Amino acid sequence: MRDVAVIGVGLTKFGELWDKSFRELISEAGSKAIFDSGIGGLEIDAMYVGSMSSGRFIGQEHIGALVADASGFSHLNIPSTRVEGACASGGLAVREGYLSIASGLNDVVVVGGIEKMNDVSGTAATETLAMAADQEWEAFFGATFPSIYAMIATRHMHEYGTTREQLAQVAVKNHSNGALNPFAQYQREIKMEFVLNAPPVAYPLGLFDCSPVTDGAAAVVLCSLDKAKNFTDKPVKIIASGQASDSLALHGRRDICTLDSTVQAAKKAFKQANVTQKDIDLAEVHDCFTIAEICAIEDLGFMKKGEGGKAIDENITNLNGSLPVNTSGGLKSKGHPVGATGVAQIVEIVTQLRGEADKRQVKDAKIGLAHNVGGSGATCIVHILEGI
Amino acid sequence: MSSSGVARFWREIPQRYNLLGNKCNSCNKIFFPPKESCPFCRRKSIGKMKELKLSGKGKIITYSIIHSAIENFQKQIPYIISIIKLDEGPNITAQIVDCEIEKIKIGMKVENTFRKIQEDGYTGAIYYGYKFRPCDSLLTEKEQCKCDTK
Ligand SMILES: [Zn+2]
Repeated sequence: MRDVAVIGVGLTKFGELWDKSFRELISEAGSKAIFDSGIGGLEIDAMYVGSMSSGRFIGQEHIGALVADASGFSHLNIPSTRVEGACASGGLAVREGYLSIASGLNDVVVVGGIEKMNDVSGTAATETLAMAADQEWEAFFGATFPSIYAMIATRHMHEYGTTREQLAQVAVKNHSNGALNPFAQYQREIKMEFVLNAPPVAYPLGLFDCSPVTDGAAAVVLCSLDKAKNFTDKPVKIIASGQASDSLALHGRRDICTLDSTVQAAKKAFKQANVTQKDIDLAEVHDCFTIAEICAIEDLGFMKKGEGGKAIDENITNLNGSLPVNTSGGLKSKGHPVGATGVAQIVEIVTQLRGEADKRQVKDAKIGLAHNVGGSGATCIVHILEGI
Repeated sequence: MSSSGVARFWREIPQRYNLLGNKCNSCNKIFFPPKESCPFCRRKSIGKMKELKLSGKGKIITYSIIHSAIENFQKQIPYIISIIKLDEGPNITAQIVDCEIEKIKIGMKVENTFRKIQEDGYTGAIYYGYKFRPCDSLLTEKEQCKCDTK
């Protein structure tokens, strides 16, 4: 396996982008990443695009080719592949790009992630997102996607004494980080009472425990480490990529409160990187709901199962804590354009490791982790990156 | 589910109407919905998966109260969704009915009941299947707590 580096990153503003089309978003993120990397179109060996449901959101499939076309590369006939793993589509696309370089097949790969979610009604968006769950054995019986995470929360509160306030604090923290991120959908702080008093969605989760519906795109340029120096003097090395799967339905899991896919993906990643949890300077984790961040920091091994809520109380995961989590604002505040999320997490980690995160910069950040989940935990990808 | 064909629904009728699962006769584990092969015994289980009707009794291991639902369930909100550990072993996701929302709790014993699940306002199709209801109203709260194990 060859070493792989990220040599360029690009992001669109996240939000309700009524005036921007799918094509405009992905080519904006892609061209930013390409300019940032210093490569030219002729150097691109392959493209990968993560998108959960372009078919439902914009009535368009076949977006691998569409994205190459929209980026102005149709005449170059670059192989371009769409990757889907629900909310983990972006992370999966990054991993496919990584594998294709590590294997020796490709030298330079552009990876994009996108979701254009506001071209359909809120109800249609909700219905589409529910397709990440098990249609026959969860959704058919009335389970909504938030209710599945809510059931994780209910059990977590029951078993470990996690409190409603601890859940809310995750949202408060991520909004305070998002307020420092010019690309975030919500660049404002929120108060605890605001989260606690929000309209209920699925008990115990309210509206502000949930990530929003978002339009946005992200892109990274990956390159074999030995060739990276030809293009940039600030490559960030991908020191691990771990992936795992589990039952599609929450009720099929070994334990309701544990995402074994996260446990296993993390185990593989830490082993490959040959680092421990203590070596991680910051993490972007998949906080599609507030409870998801608490489970993530536990399942990634940063603390014991059940102690995630306590870690929130102790401000460990704050921007100036010992393990800053979701410095970008996370899915909660930065926004969650589903297919873009996993790629955008890599963009944030690279930005931090290069020391370019401005007001939200984590001091002396050397190693960062990105954690992207599909559905309620049926798919998980963990990447670990190191600034060199 | 709103744009699904009818076949997609009737294929699952034996499971959804009659809680028909199956059992691996190699390791005796029970599955719902039925599995083609046993994930624990894999090739050893081929030809040894036997149909089994489940008792429909179990207890709630977690739940949520849904206040915002997709169109086919709009008329039912707020409603309780839960994961139930069936006495035979498998966990399933189902609604809890005939239960005041304030009374719902982890550990509550429940039994299945055949109900309307959802109504497709566009095609007019009505889908049926299992929901669950509290099975022993005589059980005091304290006793119900005792049933509540991990
Ligand atoms: Zn077996």
